[in-house]
Amino acid sequence: MIQETVWLISLSLMAIITAVFIYVAVNSSKTVPDFEAVQARALSFRAKLFWTLLVAGVIIFIATTQVLPYATTRGEVSADAVEINAVGKQWFWELSQNEVEAGTTVIFNVTTEDVNHGMGIYDSELRLLAQTQAMPGYENKLKFTFSEPGQYRLMCMEYCGLSHHTMIIPFNVK
Amino acid sequence: MTNESSISPLDKSARYAIVAYLGISALVFVLMMLLGLLMRMGQAQWLSIPPHIFYQVMTAHGAGMVGISGLAASAVLWYFLRRHVNLTTGILWANLVFFLLGVVLILGGIFLGGYGGAWTFLFPLPSHGMGVWGVSGAASFLIGLLLIGVGFLLLYLDVGRAIISKYGNIGRGLGWPQLFGNSTDFPPASVVASTMVVIINIAGILAGAVVLTMILINLFYPAFAVDALLTKNLIFFFGHVFINATIYQAVIAVYEILPEYTGRPWRVNKVFLAAWTASTFMVMFVYPHHLLMDFVMPTWMLLMGQILSYLSGLPVLVVTAYGALTIVHRSNLRWDMVSGLLFVSMFGWAVGVIPAVIDGTIAANQVMHNTMWVPGHFHMYLIVGLVAMLFGFMYYIAQNGAPKLLDRLAFWVYLVAGTGFCMNFLASGQASVARRWAVHLPEWVGYSHAASILAAGIALAALVFALRFLTHMGNARTA
Repeated sequence: MIQETVWLISLSLMAIITAVFIYVAVNSSKTVPDFEAVQARALSFRAKLFWTLLVAGVIIFIATTQVLPYATTRGEVSADAVEINAVGKQWFWELSQNEVEAGTTVIFNVTTEDVNHGMGIYDSELRLLAQTQAMPGYENKLKFTFSEPGQYRLMCMEYCGLSHHTMIIPFNVK
Repeated sequence: MTNESSISPLDKSARYAIVAYLGISALVFVLMMLLGLLMRMGQAQWLSIPPHIFYQVMTAHGAGMVGISGLAASAVLWYFLRRHVNLTTGILWANLVFFLLGVVLILGGIFLGGYGGAWTFLFPLPSHGMGVWGVSGAASFLIGLLLIGVGFLLLYLDVGRAIISKYGNIGRGLGWPQLFGNSTDFPPASVVASTMVVIINIAGILAGAVVLTMILINLFYPAFAVDALLTKNLIFFFGHVFINATIYQAVIAVYEILPEYTGRPWRVNKVFLAAWTASTFMVMFVYPHHLLMDFVMPTWMLLMGQILSYLSGLPVLVVTAYGALTIVHRSNLRWDMVSGLLFVSMFGWAVGVIPAVIDGTIAANQVMHNTMWVPGHFHMYLIVGLVAMLFGFMYYIAQNGAPKLLDRLAFWVYLVAGTGFCMNFLASGQASVARRWAVHLPEWVGYSHAASILAAGIALAALVFALRFLTHMGNARTA
């Protein structure tokens, strides 16, 4: 799951930064006779840190953008996919179909008849699997393969007024 | 570092204005935190809050926090920049008057007009209140924002005028002759930061004014067609720039005050200038990372959003946070409320970069966007970063940084509860809890229990900071 990976990476990196700040705070009461020398060493390390972060950023960028969720909206055709129209309205979802077989790839054609909404696909464990925005005058196509059977839920992910939190519709995968 | 003896005295009117900015900010921060606490207690089901009230409170909390952060941060900029350029005190007051007028209209729009369309006023929600609010409530809110924008625009135009008068042009304010040439006569850090803020905030506020005007016209004349995607771009450009500019103004306090405490200068050099020039452009062009789930956006803009999200973290981590650490390390620092809160603020800003960068990754954004992860990262920036910076500045201005027992207690409660509160947000975000839901699903409620307790701790600690400023503001610095 992406969430677990993201959480572990975040905690690790945040812990490193926290440790550095604690180290500096704990040692702040000490003194060094030659600040210029300390600063020179710090600047030298900073250059290395900068290039390390930059290279890491480039590698992560390349690795994470190999598959983007935008291709279907740009016109990519998936021959075996089932198309389902999803229209957001204050405050309910209107689906042209709310049940598919497990293993089916679905393309949700997501739009709205009133304000901005967001359509998030949640599994039975309440884990968010994918989402897109629903915008007046536009249609976002969200492609998703339902590998496992179960009772999924489509929930609103963009604040849309009084009953935003009630915009939930079940989606059954047999 | 500025030599204290070379600083011209603050005239009485300017001193009162700075105190007024900070006094109002201190009070409003606490009030807005209490609104935040109300929301979390409602989500925890410890308080019964009807959804329409919840969303009104959410709207007030968002607009209030963004606005008051802008006001307090502009006081930091003004206070330190006036040491280098000739600013107009009358404009400082005018901004405050526009701000207060705007606040009256915003509060009227929300609590009398029923407007609960969030501070982001995504078109066409303001005109679709569905009986909860009408045209007058929405218009009052939007005009209120517009008035606040007018005040800030005047302020930043005056700041820009003053910088140009002294340095010749905006590029010199950013230190471009030194960055791209051989000149070593570097402008002060406050001037560089202020110039950056002038550029981005004038652009941001103008974009905000344009989209507010478009939505207002549409509100009264629905035949005036407005494109939802265009307005979304303008709103997020304005919103992203304005809230980011608050921390880029407030960090001037770190540049100016930490050297006073450590006796070590904050060196402006080519790396510093390059970082600020890069940030100027990145803050303006990174905003598409808010639109990664708007698939109809051009792909290049969305990829640019991810790239610039990554790059934006570098100046923060490698220049500003790293610079602060270098200055403090083994410096025999005198720890008090000022240096303590400023140091914590650098921690909050630096550590907040991590979840922000992750949210800017398209693959992660698809399962993180509009979950609690998003408020998690910006609350880390704002509570542990910006607001700590601003309260540190208040202690500095009121010259009451020497901590009493209550200050120490408030400091540690604020740090622990603030960090814990943001981590709770992030934890619930990785567990897919959706943001901006008045009523949480039963499986999500536990997060709000912990969040409510932590939010109460933050608000109590902030109340101590605020009261300490309000009771000592008569002792405000005169230079």
